[in-house]
Amino acid sequence: MMSGQAFLDRIKNEFGDKITGANLAAIDPWVEVAPEGLVEVCKYLRDQPDLRFNMLNCISGVDYFEPDPKKAAKLDWQPHLEVVYHLSSLPTKISLVLKVILPRWKGDRPGDLPEVPSVSGVWSTADWHEREVFDLVGVRFSGHPDLRRILCPEDWVGYPLRKDYEMPLEYHGIRGR
Amino acid sequence: MTQPWIEGRFEENVITTTVEQAINWARQSSIWPMTFGLACCAIEMMAAGASRFDMDRFGAGAFRASPRQADLMIVAGTVTYKMGSRLRRLYNQMPNPKFVIAMGACTVGGGPYFKYGYHVVKGVDLVVPVDVYVPGCPPRPEALLEGLMRIQDKIKGHKIARLAGANVGIKVDDELPVPHHSGYVEAPEEVSVYDHQKITG
Repeated sequence: MMSGQAFLDRIKNEFGDKITGANLAAIDPWVEVAPEGLVEVCKYLRDQPDLRFNMLNCISGVDYFEPDPKKAAKLDWQPHLEVVYHLSSLPTKISLVLKVILPRWKGDRPGDLPEVPSVSGVWSTADWHEREVFDLVGVRFSGHPDLRRILCPEDWVGYPLRKDYEMPLEYHGIRGR
Repeated sequence: MTQPWIEGRFEENVITTTVEQAINWARQSSIWPMTFGLACCAIEMMAAGASRFDMDRFGAGAFRASPRQADLMIVAGTVTYKMGSRLRRLYNQMPNPKFVIAMGACTVGGGPYFKYGYHVVKGVDLVVPVDVYVPGCPPRPEALLEGLMRIQDKIKGHKIARLAGANVGIKVDDELPVPHHSGYVEAPEEVSVYDHQKITG
């Protein structure tokens, strides 16, 4: 098995500036990928004969946002969203974490969802996972075959797992808060 | 040698009662609940229906799968906003007189999801009118049986119209049920009672 650095050099060599960063010191080392290069990176990772990442464990959406301005001033990061892909290779028994860093709103216009290309064409598991991230965190997966809410009711307003989410006052006559 | 309860005490006879008492007695002894388990409280509700606790002793063991055959809705578990509209529709489909027990913390007031949950209705009384609240997380089957007995008390307080135009078959809401038993149970000497089974107070 190759070392983390050798693997990073290899995909950097292959994809250049589509690989925007990495952290190999973390417990779960990760590689950051630009949204526009995500699908080709995923296809490469799945199809290389010595990697064969044939399983997508999960897709997570993370909202980095602190509503309290006092606490936000002390933080060492700016508000943003991350979509995290946990991959596994069953034949070679290795795992990998990919991260895509996004703005909280596309072009900083509140209400305009940030976009990531869908990887449901690479792993079909991604279909429902992406619907869940869309439903709860509010990320638009472009190219997804059927991007609807999966858990909340279809007429629900807002994305409940965003840190600045506020419950509606009323939903179909039922008090919300 | 114990005396039989009623056998051999009467000959062919006439029983005098009031229509109100007879109807209320019949109603309170055959409350058919609707199967409405939504979460973990449903396990306790099933336990209350099974042989150890045996809801059938109160005439409430016939869990119906259709709201049209049910008198009582035991809402057992977390009601989400998505479920809320279904719950209300099922309640509307039940025939009168109908009763609702809110079983468990989630149905009573949102429970652990009250503050940060985005999906749980903060109490099922925001969706349907509730007659009896049974708190607990989840409540023990005895607690559910107690709630059932309070429903029976409520039925006992029904007034059946004696005058034309009076409320016929309508729930009288200002009639509060009066607890009819002291909570004191006499245990036979030879049956050993464990500490946790002793009834205090």
